[in-house]
Amino acid sequence: MAEEQRVILEYADKIDPKKADDYIKVGGYKGLEKARSMDRKALIDEVKKSGLRGRGGAGFNAGMKWSFVPIKDEDRYVVCNFDEGEPGTYKDRIICEKNAQALLEGMAICGAAIASKQGYIYCRGEYPFVVKMLREAIKSAKDSGALGDFDIEVRMGAGAYVCGEETALIESIEGHRGEPRFKPPFPGVAGLWAQPTVVNNVETFACLPYIMTNGADWFAGIGAAKYPGTKVLTLTGDVENATYFEVPTNYMLRDVVYKLGGGVKGGKKFKAVQVGGTSGAFIPEQNLDTQIDFDSMSAIGAALGSGAVFVMDETRDIVDIVTRISKFFEHESCGKCNPCREGTWRCREIMEKINAGKASQKDIDNLMLLSRVMKNAALCGLGQAAPIPIDSTLEHFGYEYSRKIV
Amino acid sequence: MLKLTINGQEIEVPKGTMLLSACQQAGADIPTFCYDPDLKLAGSCRMCVVEVEGRRNLLASCVTPCENNMVVSTESDRTTEARKVILELLLARHKVECMTCEKVGMCKLQDYCYRYGVKDSRFAGEKGHFAMEDPNPFIERDYDKCIMCTRCVRACEEITGAQAINVKERGHHAKISTIFDGKLADSTCVFCGQCIMVCPVGALTSKVSMGKGRSMEYDRVLTTCTYCGTGCTLELNVKDDQVVGVTSNRDATYSPVNKGALCVKGRFGWDFIHSPERLTTPLIKENGQFRPASWEEAMDFAANKLKAIKEKDGPDSIAMFSSARVTNEENYLAQKMMRAAIGTNNVDHCARL
Ligand SMILES: Cc1cc2nc3c(=O)[nH]c(=O)nc-3n(C[C@H](O)[C@H](O)[C@H](O)COP(=O)(O)O)c2cc1C
Ligand code: SF4
Ligand code: SF4
Ligand code: SF4
Repeated sequence: MAEEQRVILEYADKIDPKKADDYIKVGGYKGLEKARSMDRKALIDEVKKSGLRGRGGAGFNAGMKWSFVPIKDEDRYVVCNFDEGEPGTYKDRIICEKNAQALLEGMAICGAAIASKQGYIYCRGEYPFVVKMLREAIKSAKDSGALGDFDIEVRMGAGAYVCGEETALIESIEGHRGEPRFKPPFPGVAGLWAQPTVVNNVETFACLPYIMTNGADWFAGIGAAKYPGTKVLTLTGDVENATYFEVPTNYMLRDVVYKLGGGVKGGKKFKAVQVGGTSGAFIPEQNLDTQIDFDSMSAIGAALGSGAVFVMDETRDIVDIVTRISKFFEHESCGKCNPCREGTWRCREIMEKINAGKASQKDIDNLMLLSRVMKNAALCGLGQAAPIPIDSTLEHFGYEYSRKIV
Repeated sequence: MLKLTINGQEIEVPKGTMLLSACQQAGADIPTFCYDPDLKLAGSCRMCVVEVEGRRNLLASCVTPCENNMVVSTESDRTTEARKVILELLLARHKVECMTCEKVGMCKLQDYCYRYGVKDSRFAGEKGHFAMEDPNPFIERDYDKCIMCTRCVRACEEITGAQAINVKERGHHAKISTIFDGKLADSTCVFCGQCIMVCPVGALTSKVSMGKGRSMEYDRVLTTCTYCGTGCTLELNVKDDQVVGVTSNRDATYSPVNKGALCVKGRFGWDFIHSPERLTTPLIKENGQFRPASWEEAMDFAANKLKAIKEKDGPDSIAMFSSARVTNEENYLAQKMMRAAIGTNNVDHCARL
């Protein structure tokens, strides 16, 4: 597999992720040692300087997020978002299966930065085997003494996509319905059990040991200047190599599809690629010459998101795919706010009508209106992003809709 | 103090003020469904969205803290578009039954559809199927009219403390339900009707008042509940000189004791008022038969009997049960009469008398 740059996955399949000693032999837990020897503020500054931005989708500067946490008498928590609910995304599972100790070390580094002794990993309910493995990995790390007095507990979700949203995730850990909270207050100020809480993605945490051992400047020098580092991508759909890769963030999308992905399966022609999971925009051929980093993707109206790359060949029916996507959001809406609870339902109805060749231009107009209001007024990212596949396909693949309109 | 510009008007508010309150202070009338000043914030109905310059999305004003120099517009094209679409979305699933709905005239959905000129919905499609039979004598639950504001859930938990209801399922299948989706009588419900009080639409209504008159037909007469000494204020709904229902007034100036909260007796137990079985004079039993008597005669009769018993068998052969339905002062007088006039300590109390 040409052109990868492996940092997090360098020792994939060469070490046993459950065993802290294996990890220590390849340099593991040195980063934590360094972090603990540093002043808290200097540690946060170092992470800020590395430019590390969230790998869970929103791309927020990790060190900046930590710096908002007030240090008072109360407890503080480090929460790892391992909900990984975006269809087509499995990079967090790969990171855990190949290098779980790096995640644990990263969480403990965050613990050192915000003076927290307790971490939680919220793992999606569909990964019971990974939960088992993680628990063994935590035990090994605790037994080896590497984690010191930092404890990590694994909590399991029950199959709700919305629980990947950080405040719904917190509600779920607390034992409540998985519904997002309004923000502010942000988790950094009032999160788990109303205490200051840092929520980061698995991949974000897993970068930290390498930042600490190799230095912020080293990390900042990899990939795109404004979204540095590497990114683990997971390829699905009509590509030859439907597997995972770790690449620098200035990697080109066209190369993801054609070099890493080995091109469209069966020699067919390319039609579209959806990046970042089900809420990502559909990207047409003419936009493939874009770097995969957060800002470059935003500039073309798309998003890097979780790093899922779903390739569609020329035979795929875009309207049919978007109809299926609209069913997904109808199913996953938590039901808390009006625009999303009702809107995802009506989006699905209108999409089905279009797909069945029974819709008119008026239905498309209503769909666009609904999409606008959901983006403007839904409570959380789920409802705000649910119409993106619809909008982006209406923009780039309008002819696929027109030919089904009566 | 923070400085904001709301609909072109400059206004100063203390730090911590929510945008909704600032907008109201600036004279804006912001529509809300889920907001309730006595309950925890939900921020979920999204009717109160306003446009703030420089923000990509509209902000729900009830849960957005004011920030310095915000420039806010409360009826911009984007906000009215969002509110209209939300109303249309709610209407698309609503059992539109205004002709016979108990809530007509006090229904927020109706009011806002009127205000924004929403006649029907561009999103009409499938409807919900949440109709349910709950054979309790007090509360009609018609969730085909529910707009999922969760005010009932919060009132039940925060005002009454019963936690009888919550949200079940998700997405558009979400609905208000007791544990295991059962009947109120099988839950921790105490039938206080606080849920009816806060429901902004016709989803929760009183079975006791059903069909007896709607808000524009009756007068509201403030009075004090006679069931106990707490002294809750209630509002008799009076139509053609008949009490057709009880509602409550949530304004503390009128309802200082209970701020609108009532118990099952106060809210639903008013049908005795016009009952033909109601006693209107004292009765004296003679030869196994009751006959009407005047108050003077009845009082003398009771006093003489008590005196006779006391003389024959002593003061401790007499006891008195007083009641929670009378005031502290009356209860004081009751024990005083027993101790001072009769001469016994046999005084007790029963909440059910
Ligand atoms: C509907 C929804 C689902 C989400 N799912 C995930 C997820 O599965 N994993 C994740 O890391 N972040 C997810 N997020 C983003 C989180 O809310 C949050 O931004 C992230 O965990 C922060 O971590 P980061 O800064 O390290 O990216 C989701 C957000 C939304 C709105
Ligand atoms: S946008 Fe959807 S998922 Fe998010 S709070 Fe609203 S209903 Fe729930
Ligand atoms: S009547 Fe009272 S206890 Fe019963 S559900 Fe309503 S608020 Fe809760
Ligand atoms: S029953 Fe009434 S108060 Fe309860 S959620 Fe529905 S509309 Fe709101």
